[in-house]
Amino acid sequence: MAQATISRSDQVAPTGPMMTATGEPLKVSLARAERRKRLTAFALVVPLLLFIVVTFIVPIGDMALNSVRNPEVVTYLPRTAEALETWEDKSQLPDEAVFEALAEDLRAGFGSPAVGRVGARLNYEISGMRSTLQRAARAVRNMEPPFKEAIIERDAAWGDVATWRVIERESKPYTLSYFVAALDRTWDENGNIVQVAPEQRIYVDLFVRTFVLSIVITALTLLLGFPIAYLMAHQPARIANLLMILVLLPFWTSLLVRTSSWIVMLQQQGVLNDILILLGIIGEGGRLTMVYNQTGTIVAMTHILLPFMVLPLYSVMKTIPPSYMRAARSLGANQWTAFWRVYVPQTTAGIGAGGVLVFIIAIGYYITPALVGGQSGQMISNFIAFHMQRSLNWGLAAALGTILLFTVILLYYLYNRLIGVDRLKLG
Amino acid sequence: MTLNKAGLFAAAAVGALVAGTGPVAADTTLTVVSWGGAYTESQVRAYHEPYMEENPDITIVNDDGSANALAGLRAQAQAGNVTWDLVDMLPSDAQLACEEGLILPIDHDAMLAPAPDGTPASEDFLPGSLGDCFIPQIVYSTVMTFNTEMFPEDNQPGSIADFFDTENFPGRRAIQDRPAANLEWALYADGVAIDEIYDVLRTPEGVERAFAKLDTIKDDLIFWTEGSQAPQLLADKEVSFATGYNGRMFAAAEVEGQPFEIIWDGQIVEWDGWVVPADGDNVDAVMEYLYFATDSQRLADQAKYISYGPARASSAELVSTHADLGIDMNPHMPTHPDNYQTPIVLDNEFWTDYGDELRERFASWMLN
Repeated sequence: MAQATISRSDQVAPTGPMMTATGEPLKVSLARAERRKRLTAFALVVPLLLFIVVTFIVPIGDMALNSVRNPEVVTYLPRTAEALETWEDKSQLPDEAVFEALAEDLRAGFGSPAVGRVGARLNYEISGMRSTLQRAARAVRNMEPPFKEAIIERDAAWGDVATWRVIERESKPYTLSYFVAALDRTWDENGNIVQVAPEQRIYVDLFVRTFVLSIVITALTLLLGFPIAYLMAHQPARIANLLMILVLLPFWTSLLVRTSSWIVMLQQQGVLNDILILLGIIGEGGRLTMVYNQTGTIVAMTHILLPFMVLPLYSVMKTIPPSYMRAARSLGANQWTAFWRVYVPQTTAGIGAGGVLVFIIAIGYYITPALVGGQSGQMISNFIAFHMQRSLNWGLAAALGTILLFTVILLYYLYNRLIGVDRLKLG
Repeated sequence: MTLNKAGLFAAAAVGALVAGTGPVAADTTLTVVSWGGAYTESQVRAYHEPYMEENPDITIVNDDGSANALAGLRAQAQAGNVTWDLVDMLPSDAQLACEEGLILPIDHDAMLAPAPDGTPASEDFLPGSLGDCFIPQIVYSTVMTFNTEMFPEDNQPGSIADFFDTENFPGRRAIQDRPAANLEWALYADGVAIDEIYDVLRTPEGVERAFAKLDTIKDDLIFWTEGSQAPQLLADKEVSFATGYNGRMFAAAEVEGQPFEIIWDGQIVEWDGWVVPADGDNVDAVMEYLYFATDSQRLADQAKYISYGPARASSAELVSTHADLGIDMNPHMPTHPDNYQTPIVLDNEFWTDYGDELRERFASWMLN
């Protein structure tokens, strides 16, 4: 070794940098070769990068933007929005100029989609604003100034300062109101953010429940998956392969089929209840409720996500030499100590990978809770879908989705700081 | 072989291009969006098939997107790529879509066929059913249904009040996971007169009263989302009562022979009908189709396949027997006088105004 070093240094020309055969400095040549290699590598990555940017990053960015975008009032009631900028005393109704601007806006917008879109937007903040605006738009067509009295006379809602406060608040092109609503909060009359009435609170509890359920499901998959992975890793190939197929078979079955079979298994008139009655464990009147509630969600999701825990665990356990356990035993550790102090620490990479994988998939799960969760088994993603498809409050759906996304990123960051992402091992 | 494949691809690409140009092409494909299942089937047999037979250049493709029709219309308008030609949707959503300019206004008398006796369309359709952009097809109702085997023969329920009476009529109940219909029933069972229900619901105290009534049976409730779940739960005897659409309950009871009985008391009546998306490629062809599909005979024909009532007065006398079962369909229509004793007509104006708030309140109530 020492000799080799000496012989290499022998070749260094005493007066200048190392040269290649063509007389070029070796450093430059090397840098060029490296650059070419990097470019080739990058070129290979480009298709995937483009794909991810176009189909993933841009849509997610757009969704995140949707949670603060608020173009309706400013676009469709531009004069009103401008006039409201000079509204000083928020405890008094705005003056005639604002009402006149509103009348002009509504006249201009009558018969076009404008009034409908503003109405839909403001209805999220105050119930009934949609028809209040529609009525006003119809009425102002043949109204004479002064508009203030005339408009209020037609519909008392316009004489309520709260209506105007909301319009003023939402007359900016960007808003925080979707995030405020997503955290079960609202503005009070003094402009402070406060909790909504207890019977209107949903999302905070739902976020908490989503996390708790995901943690429970992750723990259960670990509890069930660890022994299976251990068995697979320590059996002869023939048996291990058979076990592997048993793990993978459900993995390859349609998600809907697996979820529906759980309904058949768990429902009150289902297989499991029938068996329990047959065995005399419960009576006919005591049939257990195991589906359309949290139990259903937990059971079905644990089953569906189990392979995501077993596979990384198995691949890590496969690489642990059996001699370590034997060494620990021969040095005097009993079976449990050897397992707990020597074997388990070597599987942490697999536990980490499986845990992160199962947890992150579980936190955004949608179909299974929707089918077997009843009400107590619903998760936040069910409400994101609800606002996307049914209530059509896309801003609120975007805010909920953004909160979920950033929580997952935060958890990933914490995981990286505490355990280290480089210790993840997927196989 | 490779050459052949390439040729096929080219032909397919050209075909796609031609189809994309719409009315210019000889053949027109209309994408009709509806609710799927037995309902779409009834439209195919009553409207699409006869129309395609008369007009061989028209092909009708079905899309089961009506459950999210408003979301779809908004998304397509935003993307500037309207692919739906005709959409089956509920009047409340149609009203919103109309106000937002997503669908075309309809001049009913100019665009729709008169009744056989010459009555113009605007007078022939049932009162209050026509919307600015909406052409009703059917009257459907959300009804309370029970499984007769879950109760002794001498003690069968018969009213909405019985549904809320868990002492005399024990067992779990399945209701839809939305406030519409459920809040109305709660107030009705609590003694509010039918024509005052929405006035009461417009007040905060009325909403409290409705939720308080629902609280009394909450422990026995489970919630369904999709229309097909309700008859399934009832057939499996998972529940004793289930709310559901009368057509699906009819299909389960009469076609499949399930021991179901419908409680027509307090049936929640609503329309369902067609809207035409703005900026579609085939508006002219769709209008021609609509003239045919909404005439008195066609609306009556649909009742041969599903137990929803036609939305035209002149269709009522044309309703005949079920196409496969041969039974008289009249007694199964929500609008039959025997069934139409105490109907609650769904107030769409109310639900478009208060829906956002009450849906959240209801969701919060279900979860806690």
